[in-house]
Amino acid sequence: MEILLQQIINGLTLGSVYALVALGYTMVYGIIGLINFAHGEVVMIGAMVSLSVITALVGAQTSLPVVVVILAGLFVAILVCMTIAYGMEKVAYRPLRKAPRLAPLITAIGMSIVLQNVALIVWGRNYRTFPTIIHPTPYDIFGATMTDLQMFIVALAALLMAALLFVVQRTRLGMAMRATAQNPQVAGLMGIDINVVISAAFVIGAALAAVAGLMVMTYYGIAHYYMGFLLGLKAFTAAVLGGIGNLAGAMLGGILLGIIEALGAGYIGDVSNLCGFPWLSDSLHEQCAANEGQVSMFGSNYQDVFAFFVLILVLIFRPSGLLGERVAERA
Amino acid sequence: MSSHRPRHVPPKVWAAVALVAAALALLPFVAALAGQAWVRILNFAMIYTMLALGLNIVVGFAGLLDLGYIAFYAVGAYVYALLASPHFGIHLPFWMILPLGAGLACIFGVLLGAPTLKLRGDYLAIVTLGFGEIIRIFLNNLNAPVNISNGPQGINLIDPFRIGSLSLARPEVILGVQFSGPQKYYYLLLLLTIGVIVVNIRLQNSRLGRAWEAIREDEVAAKAMGINTRNVKLLAFAMGASFGGIAGAIFSATQQFVSPESFGLFESVIVLSMVVLGGMGNIPGVILGAIMLTMLPEVLRYTMEPLQLALFGRVLLDAETVRLLVFGLALVAIMLYRPAGLWPSAVRKRELETPKAAPG
Amino acid sequence: MSALSLLVAKGISKRFGGVHALSEVTFTINHGEIYGLIGPNGAGKTSLFNVLTGIYAADGGNFIFDGEPLDRVKPNEVAERGIARTFQNIRLFQNLSALENVMIGRHVRTKAGVFGAMFRDKATRAEEAAIEKRSYELLGYVGVAKRANDLAKHLAYGDQRRLEIARALATEPKLLALDEPAAGMNATETQALKRLLQEIRRDGITILLIEHDMKLVMSVCDRVLVLDYGRKIAEGSAAEVQKDPKVIAAYLGGEVSLELKG
Repeated sequence: MEILLQQIINGLTLGSVYALVALGYTMVYGIIGLINFAHGEVVMIGAMVSLSVITALVGAQTSLPVVVVILAGLFVAILVCMTIAYGMEKVAYRPLRKAPRLAPLITAIGMSIVLQNVALIVWGRNYRTFPTIIHPTPYDIFGATMTDLQMFIVALAALLMAALLFVVQRTRLGMAMRATAQNPQVAGLMGIDINVVISAAFVIGAALAAVAGLMVMTYYGIAHYYMGFLLGLKAFTAAVLGGIGNLAGAMLGGILLGIIEALGAGYIGDVSNLCGFPWLSDSLHEQCAANEGQVSMFGSNYQDVFAFFVLILVLIFRPSGLLGERVAERA
Repeated sequence: MSSHRPRHVPPKVWAAVALVAAALALLPFVAALAGQAWVRILNFAMIYTMLALGLNIVVGFAGLLDLGYIAFYAVGAYVYALLASPHFGIHLPFWMILPLGAGLACIFGVLLGAPTLKLRGDYLAIVTLGFGEIIRIFLNNLNAPVNISNGPQGINLIDPFRIGSLSLARPEVILGVQFSGPQKYYYLLLLLTIGVIVVNIRLQNSRLGRAWEAIREDEVAAKAMGINTRNVKLLAFAMGASFGGIAGAIFSATQQFVSPESFGLFESVIVLSMVVLGGMGNIPGVILGAIMLTMLPEVLRYTMEPLQLALFGRVLLDAETVRLLVFGLALVAIMLYRPAGLWPSAVRKRELETPKAAPG
Repeated sequence: MSALSLLVAKGISKRFGGVHALSEVTFTINHGEIYGLIGPNGAGKTSLFNVLTGIYAADGGNFIFDGEPLDRVKPNEVAERGIARTFQNIRLFQNLSALENVMIGRHVRTKAGVFGAMFRDKATRAEEAAIEKRSYELLGYVGVAKRANDLAKHLAYGDQRRLEIARALATEPKLLALDEPAAGMNATETQALKRLLQEIRRDGITILLIEHDMKLVMSVCDRVLVLDYGRKIAEGSAAEVQKDPKVIAAYLGGEVSLELKG
């Protein structure tokens, strides 16, 4: 029972990060129908920039409080990520808005490769570690532990998602975004500057990505030029799981994916333990004896498979994701 | 109505064909002047051509975005690796494994296709991507508790292609000419590639090819015209996957080594880039895309360091990084410059004399 | 259900959420006639087409086509059974040539598969040649033969409409269902279309015609069905329907007097 709760807590933390990143994918997809392949790299840049700023400040022996140091790192990361996303949209995607559907996908892939290698040049090939300036305190929750850092990540993610929903549902910009998502031509005719709306989607997504980058970096304590790839992939999976183009879907998908992964990693070894089936192979008996009755077909290294299996299952039964609109064929 | 077309081929065409054939036959020797590495690159260009043409069936003809195509390549490669290596001690001949690899890849294609046919474009993209990753992760981990794939170490000492005593891996003097291993493989690959190209052209200009294109253009209209879109899409997956399997098997035999690393998402993405950048749906364009994107990183590999030396007097950035950076920039630049690809498809003209038309 | 009737529709109903797009619509189309389907915008004409051609499943009622029930049949099977259609908002295969569009229409009546395509055996070559020949004939028949090698999207509007008819005819339908074929055509083009419809009928194909151009409907249709708010409000010859007060009311909105129209 404690293990279950623990896995859920861990999953919730990681899921919150997935959700923030997924929002960036889903906003851009909802408005211009593009899978922004480079979004994961924006998260990586966010992590790297904040890490550099924080390391520099710590190294400079300033007497600034830790919170200020981290906020400074976050602030610079957000600025950099927003600038990159804005520039990327303007240079690589905007000219292709009327091009064949797959053309901007390829430029997005190109941008992803470019950002990765720029990061490689700037930050090098090695793992960068987060200076030990925070010391997460564990709290007991019904036998499981949750650190204050985990709580902070979940709370901040929830706050940001609420803020985003407010912007999209209640402000003029949000209305313009929703209108553009429905029909860009008509929105344009109604006097909405579509370019501004699209840029806004990219920039807001990038800001969330920067926060997410900082979160994973502090949570795991390391950052790496290649980290954006798998994270982006998971977040995109989460966006699709929830129903791409749907904000609430991205949040639900992200958190669900995080929890599913954590549970999968926690239990898959037990579920696929082969020692209950000694007739499968002669050598199994000895292996089981040697490993305290635990020889699993699938270990926790199958964690990443889990996310995709769930995704495929969900999409088979709900082809538009959990909260996605059913798009009826029109004739 | 072939009777309307001239039966004899003009001598000019024959001359052109002979010229191209001679050029292709001599190419590995020209490339060898720059080093055997370039012969291997030529071979890779052909493997990628087969892969890209296979993916083109799914993406270019039928309009189904597949981001996990490399999985079928992996299936073909591992089928060969497992059935022709000391790993299980099985050594079947290439020609027996090739259909097995293609067939198994085909089955995987249908397995992937069947549950996902209802999905719209980008949902399909992520599911295929997930499928590709699943295959790779399995290959990476299926070394315990029972060792099937040998895990991340991959499978080594795979048999080369052999006919009787002729092994393509060894250098050899044939008719007084010295052939290296890669040069011999070049001719085998050329043969297979030409076969794949011919089959692709025939598929495109067939009843089935038109049905694929109809689905790509408008699925509802295609259905209303009586096309069984489910079966026809499955056929696209199956055919595309088979070509991937063939390319994989020959890759295995050429390299004599496979590991899960060769079958990551990045590879899928690169093959997709070849298709889109070359000119989706257009066979010559896709071939061009495959050759260009295979060559480009290699050319960059050999030029980036001297270039930096010439410009700055020293090597500022390591060649591997720069080459990927330039590769990424090139993808963006080419797409911006030619959004429909380098060589997009043109209208296929048909030369039937129009029957006397009723006044419209 | 006499031997004369090609299509019998009994109590067809279709709802979208709370909206009754079609309520218990019943009618019969006889062999060889041109049957008009009219009604104000939103009356359910296109919904009826979509239910008939299997794009939507009916919530109630059933069709009998050529003596066999047409229940839970997929759109491609409907085409195979012999109903071909065009679309209100033209749905050609835009990036394929006009000829290829029609050749795709031949799909359902031909059978070459993967192996035929790969090995180009004699039977496949003969079939391909026949497809090409027939498709050219059909392009000539509807009057767009000159544009055979142009992309569908580059054709003029009226030509696109006629190409869509040629593509539908290529499936060898018994019933040709046309959704507003004259929309966007000028008077000359509409006249040509009228002649084409009569010629198609003369060749033994029954036509179901949705059309807003009343002059065309009244001059070409043998019988007309009028829908309003998803219900059948009148059926009969063109002349009868025209005089029906319910039809006049539906078209003119009830309160408006006829003088205003004149």
